[in-house]
Order: sequence, then C-alpha cells, then structure tokens
Amino acid sequence: MIDIQHLSKRYGNFDALKDINLFIPEGTVFGFVGPNGAGKSTTMSILATLMLPTSGVAKVDGFDVTQHPKEVRKRIGYMPDFFGVYDQLKTTEYLHFYGASYNIPRAERDQLIPQLLELVNLSDKSDVYVDGLSRGMKQRLCLARCLIHDPKVLILDEPASGLDPRARIEMREILKELKQMGKTIIISSHILPELAEMVDEIGVIEHGQMVAQGRVADIQARLRVKKVLHIRVLEREDELSARLQDEPLVSAVLSDNTGIHVHFGGGDLEQVQLLQKMIAWGYGVVSFHEAQTNLEDVFLEITKGGAVI
Amino acid sequence: MNWSRKWINPVLDKEFRLRMRTPRSAISLLAYILVLGLIALGFIYVTLYLGNNGNQPFNSSAGRMMFYVLSFAQLVLIAFMAPALTAGVISGEREKQTLSMLLTTQQSSATIILSKLFSSLSFMTLIIVATMPIYSIVFLYGGISLKQMIFIFLFYLFVMLLLGALGVLFSTLFKRTMISVIVTYGVGLCIFLMTGLIYLFAMSIVQRHQYALQPGTGTTYSWVGYILGLNPAGALISLFEPSFSKSAFLLRNGNLNSDAPIQLWQEFLLVYTVVIIAAIWISIRRIRPDAGRKFKKRGTQALSMDTGGNDPS
Repeated sequence: MIDIQHLSKRYGNFDALKDINLFIPEGTVFGFVGPNGAGKSTTMSILATLMLPTSGVAKVDGFDVTQHPKEVRKRIGYMPDFFGVYDQLKTTEYLHFYGASYNIPRAERDQLIPQLLELVNLSDKSDVYVDGLSRGMKQRLCLARCLIHDPKVLILDEPASGLDPRARIEMREILKELKQMGKTIIISSHILPELAEMVDEIGVIEHGQMVAQGRVADIQARLRVKKVLHIRVLEREDELSARLQDEPLVSAVLSDNTGIHVHFGGGDLEQVQLLQKMIAWGYGVVSFHEAQTNLEDVFLEITKGGAVI
Repeated sequence: MNWSRKWINPVLDKEFRLRMRTPRSAISLLAYILVLGLIALGFIYVTLYLGNNGNQPFNSSAGRMMFYVLSFAQLVLIAFMAPALTAGVISGEREKQTLSMLLTTQQSSATIILSKLFSSLSFMTLIIVATMPIYSIVFLYGGISLKQMIFIFLFYLFVMLLLGALGVLFSTLFKRTMISVIVTYGVGLCIFLMTGLIYLFAMSIVQRHQYALQPGTGTTYSWVGYILGLNPAGALISLFEPSFSKSAFLLRNGNLNSDAPIQLWQEFLLVYTVVIIAAIWISIRRIRPDAGRKFKKRGTQALSMDTGGNDPS
C-alpha cells in the first residue's frame, strides 16, 4: 500500500531524510518511532503530498506522490501533528466543508457525518461550535475529518500529543476500531506504550535514517535486547545486588522499592543457574522472573548505538 | 438550491460563513458607511452654510464637486480596506494551521486562491454597494449621469481586484500575516502615492527642458503622462474628465487639438490587468510548498525525458 524507495529530503545543507526505504502492506498498522527532528513528520508530509522529496520515490496505492498527487489525496486521510480548526463553524458544518472538499455529494454527507461523529464519540456535539470543543474532542473531530472520504490509508502524525490520559485512551480505542476496519495506518508517536498495543510493525528513524523496521518481536530478537530479571528477596538486598554485579553475564543491577532489576545477557539455562546460585548463597528468594521487554526498550536499544539493522 | 451548489464551491461557502459570522464584518460595514456619510454631510455643510455667508445655493456644479469628493474618499477607503481584507487569507490559514489539511483535499490550488479572493471581493463589493444611498444625495442636485456613476463603481471593482490580488499574492508568499499586510500596504502606497509624486517630479524636469528649447521645436506630448496612468487617482480623474488625459501628457499650452496617446484609465486597466493576472498566477503556483521547484522539476523532466502523466494540482 505504501512503498518508499531511496527517499531523501534535503533543506540546504541539512539532510532531513537519507535514503529511506519502506514498504507497508495493505491493512497494516505501522508505528513510526523516533526522537524529535528524526524525520517522521517530513516522511509523512511527503506521503501527504505536502512536500516534494529531493530524490527517491514514494507511492501510495501505486500512485507516485509527485506525479499523481490528486490520486494520492483521494486515498489518504492526513492528520498533522499540529493543526487548527475553523472555530466559527459548527461540528457538522466543519465535516460538511471537508466532505464537500472531497467532492462527496450532500445527500451522502448527510448520512455519513452522523456515523462518523458516532465513531469518534461526538454525536452529542454535532450542533456545537468547534470553538467550544476540548482539545481531545478536536483531535477526534480531526480524525473524523480524515475519514470523511473513506481513505484507504491514514497518515496520523502524533494523534495523541497533548491529550490527557483519558482522551489518549479514547483515541487509542478509536484507532483500534479503525484497525479492525482494515485501514492501513501509519502513525507516529512519542508515547511508545500506546503504540505497542496496536501496531503490527514499527520503523525506527533517527537522524533521517531508518535504523530498524519490522515486527517488534523480530527486531527484539535481531537486537538481542538484554533480558531484565526482576528479583525480590526476604533480606540482605543490598548485599545481593553487590554480589550480582560481579556475575559475568550481568551488565547492570538497579535496586528500587520493588526489588532488584538485573540486566542479564544469558539464556534460559544461565538464568536457572543464577537462581540456583542465589539459593545456594542462602538468600530467601521471594520472586524471580523475567520482566517483559517493551517497545521503549527496543527503541532505546536501537537509538543508543546508532547502528542500522 | 442546485444553482448555489454548482456555483459556490466548498471553500467559498466556508469563507462566506466565516466572514459573516463575526461581528467584525458588521462593524466594518457600519464604520465605512459612517465615515463616508460624515464626509458627504461635511461637504454639504461646508458648501451650503460656510460658503458665501450661507447664501450659496447647492446647484449641479456643487453636486458634481460632491461626487468627486466622495469618489476620492471612497478610493482612499478602498486602499485601506482591501489589503486588510486580503493580505491574511492564506497566511492566516497557515498561522491557524489549517492550510495543510485544506491542501490535502481534492480542491485545486486555483480553486482555493480564487475562492479566497472572490469572497474578500464580495465583502468589499457589499460595502461599496451599501454606500450607494450616500451617492444618491448627488442625484438630488444633478451634474452627474448614471453612466458616470456606473463607470466609477466598475473602476472601484477593478482597484479592489488589483489590491486584493496583491494581498493574496503576498499572503501566499509570506508566512506571517503581519509581514504580508505591511508589504501589501507598502505596494499600495507605491501605486497610490509614489506614481503621482514621480509623475510630478518627472513632469517638472521635462517641462523645464522643453522651455529651454526654441519655440516650435520639441514634442507636444511626453512619455511622462504614462506615469500618471499608473496612478488610480489619475485614472479616476480621467474618468470624470476625459480631457484630463490630454493635459497629463501635454507639455506646451496652446496645442489642445491633438488627442492624448491613450486615456489614463485605459492605460491603468491595461497595465494592472497584467499585474492582477500575474499575481493570481504566482499565488496559485506558490500556495503549495515546493511548488516552484516542482515546476522547474517538471520542466526539466519534460526536456530531458519527454515523459507525460503529470497530474496538475
């Protein structure tokens, strides 16, 4: 559905994107991860036909964004990271305006808009001026706007930025619904846990380069992200921490009020041997388990080294 | 209504709604009519009560003079109003962060630019039409034909289109509305004031040179008159008095048989029609980021590869 080949974007002497290659199949939810200024928004702007690449090709549903921008615009719903609304329009008028801008006939819009408002939980705000909506409601309204022409692809740049936890959860639920509807979604976010729940694949971008791409589990396996073992003992926690630091497969030991967190480089067998050793040392082990590595760990692991994998 | 759906595109519809929903529009309209009405009443007061110890009758020549005064006042008000209404139409969308979403819809660049310009011009036209009752005072005393009045109003429309097109152009080129407004007013000032001053300066130099020549030598008409044709006030006077064009070009007294090379208002229309078309064309080309480079790229591709299939956006 989205095919990017050797995409580069240069502003003067600054390379915003360097030879990006990316393929996102139809129906995939793709999480775009990277620090500020890494090139996420630039890539999304190019896909949204708002910017031309310096070199390379970007295609949406087979249409080149530079050669056939109108065809691309029919197929995408774009939500920028920062956006405004026309405050003097009512919610339904706002959606009617965008619907008409996508050449959707009035009769069709009259049926479509209540459904969209229901999808984004704004049915009770249909006759309210956009000015009177909260930030979260405006974000949801903007998402409804993206969907008005039933696009195949949704390009969502930081859709949950600036939202409170409740609004963020509501947004996440809507995105899950869209995923079930079979939309191809490319979504960027700083808040990695919220992405982890819904994405099929991630792409990690840093300094304009794609440093990792694929399923989260595959990337974890490729990176051999170190396990984090969570240990809790009855007593002498500080003494155990010091002893664990001398172990050959342990790279770091952190203690807090929940217990000891050990960054462990060994496999299952070495893990069993470590537990046996602690028992043999005479510590009363209350719990010993492997903490779940998440998207945040993967991101930190990738971006600290700067290596392309 | 089917006709309205056919002729009023979504951008225009939205612009009309947004413009007429704010109290600012009604206040602007009221203030404008109030200013022009005060000028008209002031003129009547000065002419009837202060002139000739209050015994001056308000005759057709006074009516004509009042029409001239109102027309110039209206021209000055248009010069102030048009940039304020148009110089923020695109940069305002950019500042409100709504432009990127508008550009990803199916509306073409031309539709967006022309709709923005048309909606601003519509509001200005509404204001101008609303001043017609003030002008009707002139008809109580005579001295002005309906045809003259229609020409003057068409001339206003053209001046509004000129300043509006320039406002939209600078609004497209500059990211900040403040800068766009300042530049539009600056260019407006050049058109309204600088052209007149340059004409007077150039005319004095050329006339001094002519008087230094032997009688019977030298030309009757000078190119200097073309400068005044670029000035809206000059063009407006030539609409009132067609002989004004002749005197604008004339260097020597006593050669009034020859006609002026061109009427000042005709030159004004010709030159600024080109400016309006250029301003609108550049705005359409430049509204989308990188559009200039895209144009070059297309040109290069066409030359080097002779490939088609470009989708005009």
